[in-house]
Amino acid sequence: MPSRLLLLAIGLLPVGNLLAAQADHVTATEAWIRLLPARLPASGYVTLHNTGSSAATLVSAHSATYGSVMLHQSSMGSGGMSSMNAVAQLVIAPQGKVTLAPAGYHLMLEQVSRALTPGDSVDITLDFADGSHLPVHFLVRPANATDPQ
Amino acid sequence: MKLPRFAHLTTLLLLFAVGLLLSACHQDEPQPWQLTNISGHMPDLSFRLTNDEGKTVTADDYRGKVTLLYFGYTHCPDVCPLTMAQLHVVMQRLGKLADGASILFVSVDPNRDTPAVLHEYVKAFDPHAVGLTGSPADIEALTKRYRAAFTREAGKSDGSYDVSHSSGIYVFDGNGKARLLATPEDAQDKLVHDLHLLLGPGSAP
Repeated sequence: MPSRLLLLAIGLLPVGNLLAAQADHVTATEAWIRLLPARLPASGYVTLHNTGSSAATLVSAHSATYGSVMLHQSSMGSGGMSSMNAVAQLVIAPQGKVTLAPAGYHLMLEQVSRALTPGDSVDITLDFADGSHLPVHFLVRPANATDPQ
Repeated sequence: MKLPRFAHLTTLLLLFAVGLLLSACHQDEPQPWQLTNISGHMPDLSFRLTNDEGKTVTADDYRGKVTLLYFGYTHCPDVCPLTMAQLHVVMQRLGKLADGASILFVSVDPNRDTPAVLHEYVKAFDPHAVGLTGSPADIEALTKRYRAAFTREAGKSDGSYDVSHSSGIYVFDGNGKARLLATPEDAQDKLVHDLHLLLGPGSAP
């Protein structure tokens, strides 16, 4: 059985090599989480650079630390009404960047599975449309932080 | 017949000129506020709610303090914490003057925001912040008083839900008079500048 799996794995290898996976040409910087008390939903922020020559499409994210990670966008409507919407996908253009930052795109993080304190690092894996993944370390920042450091 | 008519015209012209002069005088008078001046356009601060220590409080308990009224909810992971973090920076920049101010975070989600949750929440941001909650009717009355709106959005599969809400910060002076309105687009410097004027020596308490 293990040898069959190995064969299967070897069989799949060329596909990955022929088509550079989207995650392979995306780099993440300024990844941080605004930690809120009382296990309240928190937000994750990150800047994603696409160094490749084709678009990369972020479709979801997951983490062992949070039971739920969702891609959201805050927006300001008419009359100063602030609201939040789920985002199905986020396209990062070739040689472009997308910023997940306060009051815009963010990862909504819920159902935290362990106690976190500022200074901790949390791993969140970003999932791309072609099934490739990019693991990113997010720095846990205090609730009243205003920047990634 | 012609003379009175001429005189009438002269009077009109004179009035017009005086009007121009007066308006010019008004323009010369420096407008000290950098935020939107809402003096006389919004009612005085008035409420009866429960604070984050579980005590019933009214606007009278904050007389003598410059208050910053903000409507939000604790299950809001992005915009509300950003506003509260920015207000914390404003308080830090005010230094000792900040002790004359209170940030009133009024929950528009009283079903989930108990005084205990609010307490942990506001203290994570700034020592000058107070969390206020109350009955849905009392909260709604307060939002309507300041023409702020909020809407509970459709629930998600896990029973959670989001709340859309007005994002302005209403500033009241120590007498509970509505003075200024800050929007999220306003630069932090404007809030610091105007609070310096409201809190500084010589300003009426």
